Amino acid sequence: MRPFTYDRAATAEEAIRLHDGAETLYLGGGTNLVDLMRLGVARPARLIDVTHLSGDLVEDDGEGGLVIGAAVRNSDLAADDDVRRRFPVLAQAVVAGASGQIRNQATVAGNLLQRTRCSYFQNITKPCNKRRPGSGCPAVEGEHHNHAILGHSDACVATHPSDMAVALAALGASIEIRDGDGERSVPFDDLYRLPGDDPSRDSTLKPGDLITAVRVPALGMPSRYRKVRERASFAFALVSIAAALDVVDGTVRDCRLALGGVAHMPWRARRAEEHLRGRPATEESFRDAAQEELAAARPLRDNAYKVPLTTNLIVRTFSQLAEQP
Amino acid sequence: MTSLHRVEGREKVTGSARYALDYDRPNAAYAVAVTAAVGRGEIESVGTEAALALPGVITVLSYENAPTLETVDDGELAVFQSREVAYRGQLVAAVVAETLETAQEAGALLDVRYRAQDPDVLLSPDRDGLYTPDKVNPSFPADTRQGDPDTAQTEASVQIDRTYTTPAEHNNPMEPHATLAEWDGDRLTLYDSNQGASTVRDTIAKVFGLPSEQVRVISPHVGGGFGSKGTPRPNVVLAAMAARAVGRPVKLALTRQQMFSIAGYRTPTIQRLRLGSDDDGRLAAISHEVIEQTSKVREFAEQTATPTRMMYQAPGRRTSHKLVRLDVPSPSWMRAPGETPGMWGLESAMDELAVAAAVDPIELRTLNEPDLDPERGLSFSSRNLVACLRAGAARFGWADRDPRPGTRRRGRSLVGTGVAAATYPANRSPNHAAARREPDGTFSVRIAAADIGTGARTALTLIAAEALHVDPSQVTVHLGDSSLPSASVAGGSSGTAGWGSAVVKACEMLRASTADEVVADTTSEIKAQEKYSRHAFGAQFAEVEVDIDTGEVRVLRMLGVFAAGRIINPLTARSQFIGGMTMGLGMALMEESLVDREFGGFLNHDLAQYHVPVCSDVRDIDAFWLDEQDSHLNPMGSKGIGEIGTVGAAAAIGNAFHHATATRLRDLPLTPPRVLSALGAVQG
Amino acid sequence: MKSAREAADSPVQAEITLAVNGVKHRLTVDTRASLLDVLRERLGLTGTKKGCDHGQCGACTVLLAGRRANACLALAVAHDGADIVTVEGLADEAELSALQQAFIDEDAFQCGYCTPGQLCSATGMVREVASGWPSAVTADPAERPELTAAEIRERMSGNICRCGAYPNIVAAIAKAAG
Repeated sequence: MRPFTYDRAATAEEAIRLHDGAETLYLGGGTNLVDLMRLGVARPARLIDVTHLSGDLVEDDGEGGLVIGAAVRNSDLAADDDVRRRFPVLAQAVVAGASGQIRNQATVAGNLLQRTRCSYFQNITKPCNKRRPGSGCPAVEGEHHNHAILGHSDACVATHPSDMAVALAALGASIEIRDGDGERSVPFDDLYRLPGDDPSRDSTLKPGDLITAVRVPALGMPSRYRKVRERASFAFALVSIAAALDVVDGTVRDCRLALGGVAHMPWRARRAEEHLRGRPATEESFRDAAQEELAAARPLRDNAYKVPLTTNLIVRTFSQLAEQP
Repeated sequence: MTSLHRVEGREKVTGSARYALDYDRPNAAYAVAVTAAVGRGEIESVGTEAALALPGVITVLSYENAPTLETVDDGELAVFQSREVAYRGQLVAAVVAETLETAQEAGALLDVRYRAQDPDVLLSPDRDGLYTPDKVNPSFPADTRQGDPDTAQTEASVQIDRTYTTPAEHNNPMEPHATLAEWDGDRLTLYDSNQGASTVRDTIAKVFGLPSEQVRVISPHVGGGFGSKGTPRPNVVLAAMAARAVGRPVKLALTRQQMFSIAGYRTPTIQRLRLGSDDDGRLAAISHEVIEQTSKVREFAEQTATPTRMMYQAPGRRTSHKLVRLDVPSPSWMRAPGETPGMWGLESAMDELAVAAAVDPIELRTLNEPDLDPERGLSFSSRNLVACLRAGAARFGWADRDPRPGTRRRGRSLVGTGVAAATYPANRSPNHAAARREPDGTFSVRIAAADIGTGARTALTLIAAEALHVDPSQVTVHLGDSSLPSASVAGGSSGTAGWGSAVVKACEMLRASTADEVVADTTSEIKAQEKYSRHAFGAQFAEVEVDIDTGEVRVLRMLGVFAAGRIINPLTARSQFIGGMTMGLGMALMEESLVDREFGGFLNHDLAQYHVPVCSDVRDIDAFWLDEQDSHLNPMGSKGIGEIGTVGAAAAIGNAFHHATATRLRDLPLTPPRVLSALGAVQG
Repeated sequence: MKSAREAADSPVQAEITLAVNGVKHRLTVDTRASLLDVLRERLGLTGTKKGCDHGQCGACTVLLAGRRANACLALAVAHDGADIVTVEGLADEAELSALQQAFIDEDAFQCGYCTPGQLCSATGMVREVASGWPSAVTADPAERPELTAAEIRERMSGNICRCGAYPNIVAAIAKAAG
């Protein structure tokens, strides 16, 4: 690791003011950043600790939704009674991620901004367009069994590893961001980027932007998270889904669907949702909806299994939600 | 014997047990290793300017300034002796600094330039460069043949001809390879993590051109090895070199990532199994042909087909090993080398034969029990494979099993059960041990054995107590120090047998003597022991659940029944068996070191991406054993048990997978991507 | 004020206070130093082990402000003032905790290297269950979980044991929590 100065900000304004630009990073729980620094992928000269700002609470927004402070630890988010009762998909997504120890330290904002676990990205001796624009993407033809099937480009086929973000995508959350000019709210769909020609940026944030909160609107229907991985626990997803379903008289009144492990960002499956709304809540409808969404899938040589896997998960999870009283 | 809790238990649960880098030596400096960032080539230059400019950096070591070392058999120990880069991840330099943080950053700032070529890293059955090695580990012939296996095969009414593969796998003990080296003039002390203090002492002494007496290795507690610490790795040489260079004690640990390239691993294997039998399943032909890899630095040929030489009768037999030298790290021992991958092939093929012949898999093995070791013609000292299979079948509920595959459905899952045989040689090596009558009336035993988690210290306490006719509380075992009587490596499941033999001899000598201390040497009696085929056997059972939508495979329960002579310490023996079976579960379901075909090396070189079983993966694993009397082994009547738990476990799981799904997978591991591809696409 | 780049060419030191096992320590640490390395190299508390240094194995688990955490990913400087309990702090003088004794009784360790982390993790985990926190195997996340074997297994999955002592670890935790 490169030497760095460490400052503990007391307020969001102070954090932003201390932020020097390109060689400064905000420090949350450190569970991804310290890992990246030790790998040599991140080499900040300054860290600004943002875990002591006010904003480590989960609060009711008075309209059936929640306002989640950026510094809320993953464990506290998953343990929050309102989250568990009203947004079980979010609680389940959080506890499906990492380990108990990591969840105790990791913050909500840090979880959102964690970086891909593509092994080429993590190895600074190998080419990687995300880490070194223009150097190439060895994963396209190389080892990519757990890489993207949607939205990827020849420049990058990495996936976003967060479970929590998939749930927030399905919930249509919005992100509160503060910078030197003030505050803004970014819909979840606009937080992350597709890789395109320049995968070097994962999100639309600019250096110095400080996430202060995540707003989750009211959901009002049963929801669930399901993750498939290569061992029973403590592993990243091959594919995961966050789903919610509102069935009235056998018909889908409303639904939400987001996919994890399939793209550079959590994939809000809007085509599937549109297809499903108003249709009978049957396996056939769920399957059709999945196929609508996955028609755009472009599997790589070795990850074609993700298409049937995602389809099956969608059918299975919606079926289970449809059976819930 | 009645069980004894681990005698070092209190130290381990309070954190006071000291491992290699837990020792505190005054004025110690920190070394960090730097490894090759190219897959093959030559070091052109090592740019040290930026590294040396950091305050607190003491020195940089590399080919450019390293002292000349003596040549030893293991080419991996020729640290910094050549510009050549034989594989990605090979040691190319090291930094020594006042603090760990400084050493790490300095290592990152080293500017190593290479003349690089594309590495050749892919093992395949039809590639160039395959050759037959002189011998396979440790000293078996590479090829054997009896009768006419080809004719017998073509004439057999039931024929199996299949190829099975296992990927590269890494031992991954929890404690990284680590050494604290300290010189005092020409005397070297090494606090080291190893499976044999005597071996490390002798090898390192050779490397540095010293008499063995001038090197002392201290390793009372070792955080696992599973074969990867059976011989000293480059970290030991590097720590000693660095300590000499800076004139201070030096602490060095390999990073977890570095362990994937310089701590050894199990070679991938490609195995063609041919079995030919009559309609009842009686074998007429067995052919087991293996293709595997080694590095260009050191030849290591895993003895993958050797269990096939003694498991089942068949008049026509062939085993062969072909090796290719690739631009890869040097493979080495990993828990039950040979038997582990070989029994995946053999026991899967036997299951396929059972299905093809419509014979129960346990009956098939019973039918093919040999009277003598089929290829050596020797009597088995004891062999109770069939008894293990039967006892296991009874415990597991095998009689209730509907043999038809693909018929047990539980919601969106398919359930199945499988069985496989296990075996491991029962060997022992010459050892030395001292027994002493202490002034306070207690006894002590001294031997440079290693307890790497096996419970050896505790087993030897029991063995000594029995030989001395005293209560175990009256005996203290000292081990893990090369200043103690020379001992063999904790490997080959031969530790307790070999050390125990020397300990018994020493204790008996002490009882018969008026002296307060005696030293025993078992070299001559081991040399003179009768020729028998000595193996432990076992039966592995598994029940798996396969989710047809997701391809997830979960082991619902595993049962092992073993016959390994006398079990010295039931409490720790059960833990050993279960631990081995857990590693077998990992092999079956998740362990795979992914080769970077473009750049060389292994891509998933950390514990997040190389999946070993976690607690949630192990729902119900249990192990039992039969009382086996065998007077042809050693004074304790025991066989080694450290590795057999891993053998056959993957095949039991694979066979259960077939039973569940009616689909046969022959390539490990059985991960969701492979399972989904095999089961077909979207499920109706 | 120096810019980030100018300020960070030489190691940056910071003065911190850590309360470890009830004892306060005032230290000057490199901002890059992990809590794990500070405990081991500066305070001589070598009970906590380094297995991977990247939060992937759990061998370095300690209790940080009462909660289990991987010490390797915690920058010491970021935990100025924190209360830390390591394996050395679990026993009450000579008397082992119920959990430590259960580990011995159930043979819940073999090589012992992951054991300090297992013990601290289990200590924290049991508190988490008592606090009603759900896990990935809790059927209904809104309900209070019970300390079943399946819950113990899932919650302890952040502590890798290559020796495979898992069944005995689960038995020991269940016994001590019993």
